[in-house]
Amino acid sequence: MENNNILLQVKDLTKTYYMDGVSVKALRGVNLNFYKGQFTSIMGASGSGKSTLMNILGCLDKPTSGHYLIEGEDVSTFSKNQLALVRNKKIGFVFQGFNLLSRTSALENVELPMIYAGISATERHERAKAALASVGLAGREHHHSNQLSGGQQQRVAIARALVNRPSVILADEPTGNLDSYSSIEIMGIFQGLNKQGISIILITHEPDIAQYSQRVVRVSDGEIVADSRVENPLLALEEIKKHKKPGSEED
Amino acid sequence: MGFLGIVRLAFISLSRNKMRSFLTALGIIIGVMSVVGMVALGQGAYYSVQENISKMGTNLIMVMPGSASRRGFQGGRGSMDSLKVADAESIARNCPSVKYVTPVVRASGQVIFGNNNTQTSVMGVNEHYLEIASREITEGRFFSLSEVQGGSKVAVIGKTLSETIFGNMNPIGQVVRFNKMPVQIIGLLKSRGEAGMGGGDQDDIMLMPFSVVQRRISGITHVHMLNVSAVSAESVEDAKLEIEEVLRRNHKIYEGKEDDFRITTQDDIAEMAGSTLTIIALLLGSIASVSLLVGGIGIMNIMLVSVTERTREIGIRMAIGARTTDILYQFLVESVVLSCVGGIAGIFGGFLLANLIGNFVEFDPVVSNASIIISVLFSAGVGIFFGLYPAWKASNLDPIDAFRYE
Repeated sequence: MENNNILLQVKDLTKTYYMDGVSVKALRGVNLNFYKGQFTSIMGASGSGKSTLMNILGCLDKPTSGHYLIEGEDVSTFSKNQLALVRNKKIGFVFQGFNLLSRTSALENVELPMIYAGISATERHERAKAALASVGLAGREHHHSNQLSGGQQQRVAIARALVNRPSVILADEPTGNLDSYSSIEIMGIFQGLNKQGISIILITHEPDIAQYSQRVVRVSDGEIVADSRVENPLLALEEIKKHKKPGSEED
Repeated sequence: MGFLGIVRLAFISLSRNKMRSFLTALGIIIGVMSVVGMVALGQGAYYSVQENISKMGTNLIMVMPGSASRRGFQGGRGSMDSLKVADAESIARNCPSVKYVTPVVRASGQVIFGNNNTQTSVMGVNEHYLEIASREITEGRFFSLSEVQGGSKVAVIGKTLSETIFGNMNPIGQVVRFNKMPVQIIGLLKSRGEAGMGGGDQDDIMLMPFSVVQRRISGITHVHMLNVSAVSAESVEDAKLEIEEVLRRNHKIYEGKEDDFRITTQDDIAEMAGSTLTIIALLLGSIASVSLLVGGIGIMNIMLVSVTERTREIGIRMAIGARTTDILYQFLVESVVLSCVGGIAGIFGGFLLANLIGNFVEFDPVVSNASIIISVLFSAGVGIFFGLYPAWKASNLDPIDAFRYE
């Protein structure tokens, strides 16, 4: 890959936690590049440091040492508010637990990042509607989180991640709370977005989920232990046909 | 986020815990209610006293004797017998700013009519007293100059006294006995009711020519007081100076020596009473504002609980791009909305409280615009002050910690 195609660049990244006087090295010098338009999976067992890496990639946390560049800009020295801006504009989050605001409609949840970006109410509405439609939730704008199934909630979260047109979508175990049918659906949405040119970084511990991406990075004990291309990524649109749609799920 | 957006969000968040929000606001409601109510009470008292003072007379100036000092013992104010009837006459003659003057001689004794008798106070005055004290006659007439000069044993009485000794009978023309002396009642004063100054019922009074009271009842050669009415409100201060000059000359007081009398104008009394009542109003207000403070602490308490409960929401908002200030404003506006809504409700409560108290006191409490504006600003201030710490705490949460909070 060419250098100007680098989206995120991690250099000698370390993260050490101090707990009760004991230091825990969660990351021990990670070097990693993510490329524009790529669908990458980061795999590792729990405690491997993959969540720490995800937090730093998502600008939720700062590295102890080393550098992290987003589109060539070193954000490892950014202030809290600058990081908030990066999270708002350049990164879209999708979490295992969906993390939607409760007692708030799907539309309002999707509008939230645009509110903090200072986008006018009418444009917010338009874009939020379009984003919900793009994840197949047209017509459910006014449903509250508790009126939606897990898969639908996760799609609202994806719409929310998309809506500010970020450089990258970071998905932390997005299928962890979902049944296999919904999981494949979600992967299908990610693959569709990726086809449109959106870069995706997926954190997972499920090998079969990682097979939907183009590249798999394995993390163990705070270090990268493997980085390989997926030869024949699974296609969610094909896989879903092999699964029976559960009666209780979807409508 | 726009300001209106934040306010809307605050209302939504608060309405999710209606009971809790209401109870929190109740602290502020009670605080503002008691401040508005108490200040209304203080101001009502102030206005009512000022009104009573203005009822004391028309551009009234009171001249009292100084305090007597004999062999180092200082007597009370007015204990000297330096004022004479002649002083009143020279004031009337020599002071251009003075319209009327009357000497005042006070005494008290038993009034007897038939089987009825009562203790009352009698005031000896001259024919100008009605104008000076702004009083009126409802029945009969007041005594004349010749009756004053001739020492006629006639009297004008107040309503209360009349009812006590005559009941429903017409008192005009009746003869009562006052300290064994027969006195004919020639007039009835228009009722004035209880007055604030000096207390007492201004209708339980008997007015007689001063010459009678001075010589026949009290047996003194001095008078207790001079009541003077200035030509106009503007000339009160001039009149005061003129009276001082005349009295110093009459009493042969050399330059550099102290006056043996005291001149007090209606304004002086109003000012004195006013400053006392202002202190009382401030005292009431500050006691009431303690409850507002307690209400503020209630807001802080609930906001801290709310921040802890909503840690996850704060984390989500931060992950999505909310800045520190966005979170700060969100919680700050929430506590300000809570306290302002409480404040506005408290103002209505204050009106009700003032009206309620008004039923038990003899004056009407006055809710002033100033106290409303101050209450609203103060409750907003309470919201900001007590909301600041919880909001700061919320905004300084670490996104990761906030996010992982269960």
